[in-house]
Amino acid sequence: MRSPRWLNPFAWWAWALGLAIMASRTTNPLVLGCVVAVAAYVVSARRPDAVWGRSFRLFLILGAWVIAIRVVLGIAFGAPDGGHVLFSLPSLALPQWAAGVRFGGDVTEPALLSLIFDGMRLAAILACVGAANSLASPSRLLKATPSALYETGVAAVVALTFAPQIVGDAERLRSARRLRGRDTRGIRGFGSVAIPVLEGALEKSLHLAAAMDSRGYGRMAHTSEARRRTIAATFLVALLCATIGAYAALDERIPPIAMLSLLTGSIAMIAVAFVIASRARIRTVYRRDPWRSPEWVTTSVGMACALAAISTAASIAMQGPTTLTWPQVPLIAICAVALCLTPAWLTPLPPDRGAQ
Amino acid sequence: MIRFEDVTITYDGNLAPVIAHANLHINEGELALVVGPTGSGKTTLLHAINGLVPHFSGGTLSGRVVVDGRDTATHPPRELADVVGVVPQDPMSGFVTDYVEDELAYGMECLGLAPSVMRQRVEEIIDLLGLAEIRNRALMSLSGGQRQRVAIGAVMTTHPRILVLDEPTSALDPGAAEEVLAALQRLVHDLGVTVVLAEHRLERVVQYADRIIHVPGNGAPVQIGTAADIMRTASVAPPVVQLGRLAGWNPLPLSVRDARRNAEPLRERLRSAHNEHNQAGAAIDALAPRLLDVRSVSVAYGTKTALDNVTVTVDPGEILAIMGRNGAGKSTLLGTLVGLHKRSRGSVLVSGGDPADMRGPELISRVGLVPQDPSDLLSRDTVEAECHDSDRDARAPRGTTATILRSLAPDVATSQHPRDLSEGQRLALALAVILAARPPLVLLDEPTRGLDYLTKSRLVEALRTLAAAGHAVVLATHDVELVAEVATRVIVLADGEIVADGTTRDVIAASPLFAPQVWKVLAPQEWLTVAEVEQALGGVR
Repeated sequence: MRSPRWLNPFAWWAWALGLAIMASRTTNPLVLGCVVAVAAYVVSARRPDAVWGRSFRLFLILGAWVIAIRVVLGIAFGAPDGGHVLFSLPSLALPQWAAGVRFGGDVTEPALLSLIFDGMRLAAILACVGAANSLASPSRLLKATPSALYETGVAAVVALTFAPQIVGDAERLRSARRLRGRDTRGIRGFGSVAIPVLEGALEKSLHLAAAMDSRGYGRMAHTSEARRRTIAATFLVALLCATIGAYAALDERIPPIAMLSLLTGSIAMIAVAFVIASRARIRTVYRRDPWRSPEWVTTSVGMACALAAISTAASIAMQGPTTLTWPQVPLIAICAVALCLTPAWLTPLPPDRGAQ
Repeated sequence: MIRFEDVTITYDGNLAPVIAHANLHINEGELALVVGPTGSGKTTLLHAINGLVPHFSGGTLSGRVVVDGRDTATHPPRELADVVGVVPQDPMSGFVTDYVEDELAYGMECLGLAPSVMRQRVEEIIDLLGLAEIRNRALMSLSGGQRQRVAIGAVMTTHPRILVLDEPTSALDPGAAEEVLAALQRLVHDLGVTVVLAEHRLERVVQYADRIIHVPGNGAPVQIGTAADIMRTASVAPPVVQLGRLAGWNPLPLSVRDARRNAEPLRERLRSAHNEHNQAGAAIDALAPRLLDVRSVSVAYGTKTALDNVTVTVDPGEILAIMGRNGAGKSTLLGTLVGLHKRSRGSVLVSGGDPADMRGPELISRVGLVPQDPSDLLSRDTVEAECHDSDRDARAPRGTTATILRSLAPDVATSQHPRDLSEGQRLALALAVILAARPPLVLLDEPTRGLDYLTKSRLVEALRTLAAAGHAVVLATHDVELVAEVATRVIVLADGEIVADGTTRDVIAASPLFAPQVWKVLAPQEWLTVAEVEQALGGVR
């Protein structure tokens, strides 16, 4: 057994990205089901015992909602495209100017199936994001970012740790309403809890800011005025180039060479600005997560999955299923997804579960 | 090490200064204790040491604060982070990361120390403060005492020469408090760190202090002196000092050990005295229906058992204290009595009805709970509006709450915002709100957190009056001195089970951790409080 440690968060994200690419390339319910099952198994095996570690379930619920909403909206507004009619909804006769928009009418089997499979694809992608979210600690992700981005990152991490505390506050205030003999349900109940919760959150953030200040947050190495101006100017020009480049990408009259050079130029400039800005920080990082064989394994199975998805795209896409039949089994894709199961055994446990 | 030169601090919008013309000099390696009534400016004084006042809080500071040769006027808190470590009142509110080890390293990361140095210092602090078992745990999952020690460790890793702590033991049970104080002792004695700490529970810390800074409040001059000198006249004093003052001992004892050496003559005088409180506890009509009847109640959060087979009854006129470690299930038990938690087993009857089935006026006219943070109960922006709402909720005639509030805390201005009240006034307001519905059963969760001795004695008065009027009072607390003063019965919870249930004398005297100071000084005689001794001495003369 490996000794417990945190897996580098980028490895988890690369792995999840590989699975998500597979999910995005297919509507085959077998493959999609495998993707979700693999993500769920690895999460249950390797998620840490922290608040964000429990977020996977939320993403699954969100996915279920996406399927439901997509099916309902698709049935209501979808266009009829032939095939076996399952049932008919009362249709609304729309005026002339709204031609092309349809409401209600026949619901056919192919239409319904493609709606469901399409929803499943979105849900599977969401499950992959959820898996990465609960496996990779947001604060460890922050450690690996360039230090010029550190301030923004801290805000995000603080928000993440605040969220569960605020839920706790709301719970406490709801029970306090009961102690005053008031109704805890309904809009009034919600409103009267929301304001004190926000007040409490504001107070908490002030306390935190004071604590961070007294612990040395935001200490700067000496930066000359000239250097500070250079950094600001580089960022500004880089963003300008990026904007023009993005515009060029949309306009066919501008030659692609100009567009490409603008975009690559702006990326290079942003990188340079980051390097200069990072030098102005004196921050160091405690125990950076190393990149060793478990990280290589996790990343490469993810990438293998993505490669399999791209190379077999034609064979795994289900082009317009007409009736509900058992889908064909795309062997390569299923094997690639199954390969993504290996991090469940080949990675170390997170430290907070290692002790158990 | 720390020098205050004619320091006057005034907050914006206030005319009177919080601290006026303070001249202090704290030497290297001292443990200085800041004492004073609630709201007297102790926290302000502490925060002035690392420049949070006025850099962060606003307001004006005249005079000079010099820390290790650096003037706080020209050094903001972050530039003092390598000299002064500040542990906030609620350690959780100052945590930036989510795991113990990362939190320990955070300050060093900000200072830009080399990774190898950081690694070594984290290991050292883990050993020094005994954090090895919890180093990989999430901060949210720690107990109060563990959080406090992690917070101390997190500022100690930057090797500050001064450690500033704001009420480090107030929220802790006696055992956890001793853990934290032992850790502090170690820092002072082994590493020569200068420690400045503010605390209300003087009985826990006064014997460790080299010098005391007395902040009397209302702009009165700040005094500094040796612990024994200041304690002779200070406006707040722990029971052992009060006993020493009463018996006229010189030098004034600060610890139970000192007092016991002097106590022989006092014990002699008391031998013949009659302790009236010994026979306390009126005979209770066994046939009368119980006010509160809890039978084999179990409560679980997920897979964790919070209460396990708890059976307890309370009669009118009783004051029951629930004691036990942080997380032993005290708050859960109180919550269950008002129907906040789902029981997995057992029954709760309050005046013959199950509180879980009640709501609205029916509930609050039978049982009222003042939660740990009294401001949870308050939602309006003035005291007056709050009282008015409370009358309406309780279906009581207009002015009921205001009248109760005046009897509990006469000095509350009705136009104030509840958040601007002092800790004690806020508790009084919350109690008044609860009492407006005249519930026969009154529950209080940790009522003395952050209260000074004067406010505490007012609370004791109020609780006794309630009990005399036929209410039953149940309080969950860590404060053994409060229990000694006011409780008629004590139950001790451990891991959700009742491990002791009996009269105050039987339960707390049997425990070395829970026995009040007066008891420890005068054992084997059975005296719980200074007031008892005073009364008995009056009888002897």
